[in-house]
Amino acid sequence: MMSLLLRDMRLAFRVGGGALTGILFFLVVVTIVPFAVGPDLNLLSKIGPAILWIAALLASLLGLDRLFQQDREDGTLDVIIIQSHSLTAIVFIKCLSHWLANGLPLILATPIFGLFMNMEPLAIAAVLATLIVGTPAITFIGAVGAAATVSLPRGGLLLAVLILPLVIPVLIFGVSATYGAIQDPAPFTSPFLILCALTLFFSVLGPITAGWMLAQSTD
Amino acid sequence: MKLVIENLNGERSGQPIFSSLNFSLEEGQALVVTGSNGSGKSTLLRVIAGLLNASDGSVLLIDSGQDEGVSPPHEYMHYLGHQNALKLALSVEENLNFWQEFCGIPLIGISEALVKVGLPGIEHLPAAYLSAGQKRRVSIAKLLVSYKPIWVVDEPTSALDKASEVLFAKLIEEHLSSGGMVIAATHQSLGIDSDNNEQIKTLNLDKNRLSSKEQLVD
Repeated sequence: MMSLLLRDMRLAFRVGGGALTGILFFLVVVTIVPFAVGPDLNLLSKIGPAILWIAALLASLLGLDRLFQQDREDGTLDVIIIQSHSLTAIVFIKCLSHWLANGLPLILATPIFGLFMNMEPLAIAAVLATLIVGTPAITFIGAVGAAATVSLPRGGLLLAVLILPLVIPVLIFGVSATYGAIQDPAPFTSPFLILCALTLFFSVLGPITAGWMLAQSTD
Repeated sequence: MKLVIENLNGERSGQPIFSSLNFSLEEGQALVVTGSNGSGKSTLLRVIAGLLNASDGSVLLIDSGQDEGVSPPHEYMHYLGHQNALKLALSVEENLNFWQEFCGIPLIGISEALVKVGLPGIEHLPAAYLSAGQKRRVSIAKLLVSYKPIWVVDEPTSALDKASEVLFAKLIEEHLSSGGMVIAATHQSLGIDSDNNEQIKTLNLDKNRLSSKEQLVD
């Protein structure tokens, strides 16, 4: 299992791995927003957390469609299915390595992008915390979509359409926890805990569902 | 160890491909599956390897001294399909290292396995630099670096030159003589003298089409 994690991480940073395209996409989205809304610093710092969350959500969708497809195309998936006790564990490991290679660099870059949006240090810290807790849920939900579209060529858009309704709760609680941290009457703890619960819930349900789907896709 | 196939039926999208196959393989025996294109060689191999569900029948691996089958049997198999399962962005050594760790039960070292398939000294090259035949040979080396008693190989010698075919036949004979089993689908000869060797069984799926209810092998 450890070998699979290391191999996937290594692949993500090699040619065509696409670990850093997420950050570039994140950068593009965050930098064009100030051009679109104009030089209103107050407005920017107000909508900043929401923009960062939307950008992070869209950036983490990138590359999710290749989560299993690449392995299926070169025959690796067949061998992995044959050799493993539990596809659920395989999917979990693949999600973990995808998150470590694509999600984590994105989150670590958030403080810099927060400055672009004229955000307070507290707001940046809140976005950082909610993203760390919330983005794994996006990966686990995405794994289900990736498994469902594994045999479809160009299934990327279909994947996004399939999973976006499911990740909306993650977005809602992520953003509301962030606003809870910076605006006084709104609570921080309860949306943050619900966000944690969503991630834990999908970290179980996602791999089980995706593993079952992969087992059906070996025609 | 004994592999027993009982009354195996396979289908694709509801279309029956083969039916009522019965055979068994003992240690040191090989089965060569032949047949024309589309006769169901790959489907049979994928059913045996557990990648496709059989519509009826069973694949059992019986350990010596026990009555019940080991489950699931596919964990005792190496499967070499049409694709090579190599990551082109990784070096040959990284690829083989991964498969050795992932499959468990290391048998021989990476460089030793590469010598056996006739590719010494290419550990450091990215797999993308290799020719089609060389990639195939690296994926054959994958079977050597960790031990599984049963090799399920689908058209193993496609893209191989004559010399490599002979090399592969020798590897199969070595595996058989060490008590392994081989199930190979092929439309070329494997290079093993199957007529004079009792340990090599053949199964022609074209005949299965014509007379489906007969027992063909064994």
